[in-house]
Amino acid sequence: MGLIEKIEAAHLKKNVPQLRPGDTVEVLVRVIEGDKERQQKFKGEIINVRGAGLRRTFTVRKISEGIGVERTFPLHGPSIADIKVVKHSSVRRAKLFYLRRRAGKAARLTEKKTVEEPVGK
Amino acid sequence: MIGLIGKKIGMTQVFGDKGEAIPVTVIEAGPCTVAEVRTAEKCGYSAVQLGFGSQKPRRFTRPVLGQFEKHNLPPSRHLREFRIADTAGLEVGQRLTVALFEKGTCVDVQGVTKGRGFAGVVKRHGFAAGHASHGPTAGKQPGSIGASAYPSRVIKGKRLPGRMGGEQLTVKNLEVVALDPELNVLMVKGAVPGPVNGMVLVMKRKGDS
Repeated sequence: MGLIEKIEAAHLKKNVPQLRPGDTVEVLVRVIEGDKERQQKFKGEIINVRGAGLRRTFTVRKISEGIGVERTFPLHGPSIADIKVVKHSSVRRAKLFYLRRRAGKAARLTEKKTVEEPVGK
Repeated sequence: MIGLIGKKIGMTQVFGDKGEAIPVTVIEAGPCTVAEVRTAEKCGYSAVQLGFGSQKPRRFTRPVLGQFEKHNLPPSRHLREFRIADTAGLEVGQRLTVALFEKGTCVDVQGVTKGRGFAGVVKRHGFAAGHASHGPTAGKQPGSIGASAYPSRVIKGKRLPGRMGGEQLTVKNLEVVALDPELNVLMVKGAVPGPVNGMVLVMKRKGDS
């Protein structure tokens, strides 16, 4: 194990879900307002997963009041309270940026009924 | 100022108190062996010579090897002197570790920048490049380098293409984000000159104790 991985290992969150492009997720984000902290839900489809280790991030796209909204979250960031995978979809590419050019019915993803266990960790 | 010799391991990020990502460079710094103490009485200036890393004895010339044998020290791959005002408390054979530094303070990091070969003015001096489209353009050419009949020469110091990189650079005031005395690791905020596995000097700032 390289020195960088060793250092990152101490900061990694345990039990983060295996995220894949096409997954529908609910991300609970910690929001600090003044001295109060609350949690905000952001639900959408993952269109991008990149990076490794502590630097891994994923992008969630949703349609909010007719307008496409995307947010990129650090997978191991402390501002992420929880990530729930609601649904897996069968997709044929790693980056789903083509969804940006589609709207309504054309932007749907088909649900994957069986999910094979990811190989390795 | 006193410092440590280290090896640049690479960059990553850590998260701050507010959840913000802080870019950090990981440096394996020390432990450094005090190879020689120079004093004003003996050498005309006061400094401490530190050694870092190991190297086969046959890689050295005999005069250099003799320097180590004089004090019964294992040969170090890198030897550097740090000018300090006061050498009290330092003796040959002593080992300095990252405990020298403190989390939250700032340090200076010196290294040799990556060699970039013969570079043009855009990369080397930050000139603005011409527009990539919309008809014939200047591209990355330097453009005019001076006037005509007067002065009939190029003014000295005119920034032109040439060799870039491979020179010593000190980046000042980098915050120490974390340090690990067990792994001999120091993490500083921001980038540090040189390639991964390159040698760097991590120094206390002038004026800091």
